[in-house]
Formats: sequence, structure tokens, C-alpha cells
Amino acid sequence: MNFDFSDEQKQMRDEARKFLAEQCPPKAVREVLDGKAPYDKALWKGLAEMGFLGVAIPEKFGGAGAGHLELCVIAEEMGRALAPVPFSSTVYLAAEAILIAGSDAQKQKWLPKIAAGEAIGTLALFEGKGNPSPKAINVSANGGALNGFKKPVPDGAIADFAVVAARTGSGSRESEISLFIVELKAAGVEVKPLTNIDLTRGQAEITFKNAKAEPLGEHGDGWSVISQVLDRAAVLMAFEQVGGADRALEMGRDYALDRIAFGRPIGSFQAVKHMLADMYVSATLARSNCYYGAWALSTNAGELPEAAAAARISATQAFQHCAKNNIQVHGGMGFTWEFDCHMYYRRANAVALGLGSLSYWEDALIDRMRKKNAA
Amino acid sequence: MNFDDTPQEAEFRATVRKWIEANAPKEFEEELSKSSLGRIRLARHDMVEVGKAWQKKKAEGGWACLHWPKEYGGRGATPIEKVIWQQEEGVYGKLTQPFQIGEGMCGPTVMAWGSEDAKRRYLPKLASGEEIWCQLFSEPSAGSDVAGLRTRAEKKGDNWVVNGQKIWTSGAHYSDYGLLIARTDPNVPKHKGLTMFFLDMKSPGVEVRPIKQANGMQEFNEVYFTDVVIPDSQRLGAVGDGWNVSLTTLMNERMSIGARLATGVPEMFEFCSSLMLEDGLAIDDPAVRSRLASWAVKSSGLKYTSYRAISALSKGERPGPENSIGKLVSGMMLQDIAAYAMDLEGAAGSLTGESEELAHGQFQQMLLSSPSMRIAGGTDEILRNIIAERVLGLPGDIRVDKDVPYNKIPTKGR
Repeated sequence: MNFDFSDEQKQMRDEARKFLAEQCPPKAVREVLDGKAPYDKALWKGLAEMGFLGVAIPEKFGGAGAGHLELCVIAEEMGRALAPVPFSSTVYLAAEAILIAGSDAQKQKWLPKIAAGEAIGTLALFEGKGNPSPKAINVSANGGALNGFKKPVPDGAIADFAVVAARTGSGSRESEISLFIVELKAAGVEVKPLTNIDLTRGQAEITFKNAKAEPLGEHGDGWSVISQVLDRAAVLMAFEQVGGADRALEMGRDYALDRIAFGRPIGSFQAVKHMLADMYVSATLARSNCYYGAWALSTNAGELPEAAAAARISATQAFQHCAKNNIQVHGGMGFTWEFDCHMYYRRANAVALGLGSLSYWEDALIDRMRKKNAA
Repeated sequence: MNFDDTPQEAEFRATVRKWIEANAPKEFEEELSKSSLGRIRLARHDMVEVGKAWQKKKAEGGWACLHWPKEYGGRGATPIEKVIWQQEEGVYGKLTQPFQIGEGMCGPTVMAWGSEDAKRRYLPKLASGEEIWCQLFSEPSAGSDVAGLRTRAEKKGDNWVVNGQKIWTSGAHYSDYGLLIARTDPNVPKHKGLTMFFLDMKSPGVEVRPIKQANGMQEFNEVYFTDVVIPDSQRLGAVGDGWNVSLTTLMNERMSIGARLATGVPEMFEFCSSLMLEDGLAIDDPAVRSRLASWAVKSSGLKYTSYRAISALSKGERPGPENSIGKLVSGMMLQDIAAYAMDLEGAAGSLTGESEELAHGQFQQMLLSSPSMRIAGGTDEILRNIIAERVLGLPGDIRVDKDVPYNKIPTKGR
């Protein structure tokens, strides 16, 4: 059994960690947090130069052609560093949708730009509150023109294009949903930035008024593609969450060793130790579930839907748990703007919702386990 | 990343599979295959006798304690080969329960600290199941703080004379030998006055009494020592070095990689899939689904954590500290699942008994037995301390009795 990343993949993780430690220290994250820039453009360019944006994009479309296992290790580091760039929306959502459903011409048009850091993409799925569902999609597509609104759209205000889920039929069947690529600078597209709890990552509302749209994939195939994209993104996002959880745990541990109260390091009190031990347990369970997700993703295994849901749930719980208790270990200092704890807390709770909430994925996991048990 | 054996591992697995196919006691397969969350019992046979027969057969084939050196009854197998054996032994592995303390704890301690004569005399018979060993560490007033134990061993000529009481000794009533830690010097701090021995459980003055547990069962014993004589040749390690010796034993207890820890999740999933509530199947209820999903990812997390450890072994590396989470997670989960399953049954959930509608009473049994899962082999709190100190590097607690002579430490209660 070799249920581990290869030495080359681990080396890539080390490289990414080193690069991000230099290029994306908390100070850089705070530039975006404080509203000085919508995202870290220099970092985005650097990530492209390192080949990280196109790590899972085939070489013939301008990528490194490495694969999804390599993307998983990069994702973990992006989460760890709280990188304030549109990585997940561009790479896990837009690029994966195009890889799954795009024509050769579409791949040729967008993927090299994504790999080079020249195009930011996103997935426009949600329309107000609620979880991913074909029934919740009201944006209409008629004769290559879209009408309606999407919100929240991750990184929508800085994206160059969006993959948009739209209704091409009036019923509630999945086959009445199709996907389109829309260039967001085009006529008939209105983009309004929205504020959200994670100030280091943007959200937007996008309104379409007879906006020109190009079909992505087969007519009526949209929901099937969305489901695949969400499963893939769930695994990749779970790695970001595990990276963030590990970092929050380390911050808590380091502070517990450093901070003296009642004449001793607070890390010698069992109440604090046990809190940190429980954080370690959550992070470890999540990491192991993520590894299984990575295996399923990289081999395109039939187990992917179940593995993705398990990784997503476990990593969401772990990041929320570690981020929350990291503040608790820090006490009053953890609730200051100056300490970085809140940045992890914000991120943990925002990414917990981005691909559908915890209860959505719990529901999905049980459905998928039942399907497997019935088979 | 893959789940495949290396060619050597595959070859080894094929050899194991062939041998088990030809030799396993198939007449017990069905009974052993039934999911069971507690101790295994055979309806018409004595578990220890059936276990001994299987262990003997394994020893003759060279498959008992296979990771031990050949001269001590093993086959010199690698750690990954041991894991492959366990996977292939499957349900028959349940028959090895009476030998697990010996194989996992007593044997390794004798191997590390015993004389060559002792190793050759005792280890092969332990491996073959001919002689069963138990472990005599815990006492009524020394559980988590086992170094605070009171059982005394006093030197008389070439012998030691032991007086005191041990508790929670699994299998003491059918064991031939016991690994005993006792206090040999009460005038020094508690960790420094301990010495390790092994003794013949048939020695005069050894009395084994079953304990009636909180769940109504009797699976453990108390062992009383009244002027029990142990020859000095049965001492393991130096006088006063018993604490250090015991760490070998306890380290081995926690290293059981690939061990099958029951979580209760498959049982709970099956139960919820067939239980009808007022509005339909339990598994269609959003609240039930949410709880089930949370338990399912813990269970799969444990499974893949052990796969990561197995992968490390396969590469000849030492597994990381991740495995320390297993018992902590599964113990709490068993208890929570049991309570929730009963909750779904409403008032009838409190009924015990074997009826079909109550899932054969398994969750009620689980509820009553699960508190022990969170205590035996290291309480949840001790396990969290271990994770915090050994994995995360946090400082140890302040120990007020650390440098105090044992006989000056205040004591009270059991």
C-alpha cells in the first residue's frame, strides 16, 4: 500500500510552502483584508510563474500537465497561507468545468490564459440563499443570451469570465440546466461587489441583461457537469481547509507554549492541552479523509462522489473547529484585529459555505453511501 | 498514491491466504463473522480452548507472533507482513483475543528486558498459546497514575515476597503467567521505587476474583497477593527501574497498527436504514442524516489514518503519531452512537433483550459497555495529554508528587 504523496509531490509542497512564506506572509494578506487591493496581483503573477496555476492543466493547453495530486498539495499550502487570490474560483471551478465540458477551441482559448495568470475565472451558480440545486436556477438562456442574476459569485468582481449555470427549459429536471461561458466585461453584464465575512476573498452579484453567452458542453448537460465540478472542487477545497486547520492549530500551540499565566505556560494546563489535542484529532481525521479524496480525484474513481463528500465534511469541521479554538487559546488577544486568528476564523467559516453548506454535503454523503450499500 | 501491494507483499499475501484457506477453523467462520461490538463469545465452545487450538496450529505453521524472531517462536517477519497477516486472518483474528495481552505487551517486555534463558523458555510457549500471560499493573488506587501503585515486593534472600492487590486484569483466571509491577522502595519518589517481575499465576498466595462490572458482566479480575514468593531470576530490568521497563509494555500497547477498532458506524447505518419513524425511514430524516454523516467521516478518517500508517510501514518507515487518535475517537463515538440509536427508538429504547425491532439489543449493550472503552488502556484524558505532550510538544503538567518520597505522598480513597 502506498497511500501517501510521492517524494516529488512532497517536494512540490515544500516549494509551494517556501514560496508562499516569502510572497504571502500575513502582512500581504492584510493588504487585501484592509481593503487596499481587491486581491494580491503580484502573488497571482508569481503563482503563474511558479507553474502552480496550471499544475493540473495539460501541457497542450499551456499547463504543467502534472495532475490533481500535485494540485492537492498546492491547495493545502494556499489554504495554510490564506492566499488572497482567486485560486479556488479560477482553478478548481472554472478550469475544471472547462476541462470536463469544454470544446477544444474553448480549452485552447481559456486554459493557457488561466495557467499564465492572464485570466481569472469563476463559477456563477448560486442565486441568493440556498444550496446547489437545479431547482434553484432561474437565470434563463434564450438564443445565446442570458437574463437574470447570480449571487454570491466568488471573486466575481475581479473575474474575466464566468461559467454560468442557466435554465434552458422550464421544468425542474436536471436536464433543463445548461452551462455557458460569459465574458464579464461584455455588454449586458453588470457586476456589483458584495461584502462578506472573509475580507481576504471577494464575492459579487452579477446581473445579466441579454448578455452574450457561449454554450459550454452539451445542451441539458449542465447539472451533470456542475455535480462533477463540485465533487472535484470539494476535494481541492478540503485540502485548503486542512492547510488552514493545521496552521490554526500551530498558532494555538505556539501561543500556548509562549503565553505565561498563573506563573506557567498556559499550554501546561489540561483545559488548554485537551482543547489543542482535540484540534489535532479533527485535523488528522480530515487529512486522512482528504488523502482518500485525492486518490479518488486523481484516478477519477467511481468512489469520488462519496470520497469528496467525506473529505469536504471532515475538512469543513476541522477548519472551523481549529480556527474557533485557536482564538479561544489566545484569549483576549485572539479577538484583536492585530492578531491573525480572526483571518483564519473568517476564512474557515466562509469556505464552509462556498460549495454548499455542511448540511448539504452531509445529505449528499448519506445519499452516496446508500447508493453504494445498495449496489 | 495507490492501495496496491508491492510485488513482495503480494507474494507474501498469497502465501498467507493459501495457508489460512487450508488451515483455518472454518466451522467457526459464520459465528465469528457476526458483527459484534463487545467481547466475542462462542455459543457452544470455550473461546480460550478454540483460540488455543488455532494459535497452536499457527505456531506449527510459523504464523504465530510472526514479527518476533524465529528463536523466540516467531518467523522474523517485517511489520508490514504482520499487518498483511492480520488482514488475511480476518475474522479468525478474533480467536486470538486471549493472547493479545501476551503478544502485544508481556512478550515484548520479556524480549526487551529478560535474560536469554528466560526468553527461550517463555516466549515460544507464549507465542504458541500454550501458556497465556496477563498484565498486572492497575490497582484500585493507581489507574491513570499507575506509578502511584501500592503493591509491595520485599527482598528476602534470593526471593521477593509480594503483598497487595491488582485490578482490571483481563484473563487472569486462565493465565499461566503474569507481568507484575510492584513497589520495592517506598522511601524514594514514586517512579523510582518500582520493579518489574513476572510470576507463575499458580503460585501460592495468588487469588483471582472476578469483578462484577457496571454493565453487569464479568470480564476482568481482581488479583490479590498474600506473601507470594517470586524468585529474583524473574525480575525484569534493574531493581528500581520498573517504571522505565513498563514504558516498553505501554508503548507496545499503543502501537497496534491496523487493529480493528469498532466504531459502531456500520451497525448504526444499517439500523437507520431499516428503522421506521413516524414520518418514514430514520435515514431520510435530516437530523439523523447529519449525525450519521458526522460519525461516518470520523470512521472513514480513522480507516484512512491507519492506511497512512500501513503505507509508512510498507516503505520501511516508522508511522507518525497519527495513530494515537484511534481509541480516543472510537470510544466516544461508540457511546454517542448507542445513546442516539436508543433515542430513535423512543421509550422502547430503554428495553434490553434480543428483539428484532430493537436491533437485537446491540445498542443497549453498547451503551452499557462503552464507558469502559473510554477508560481502559488509557483514559480519554490521558490520551489527550499524550497527544498534547508527545505530538504537539506542550509541557507536562506540574506534578506535585514528583520529587516527594512515595511514603510521604498524601493518599486517600480508592
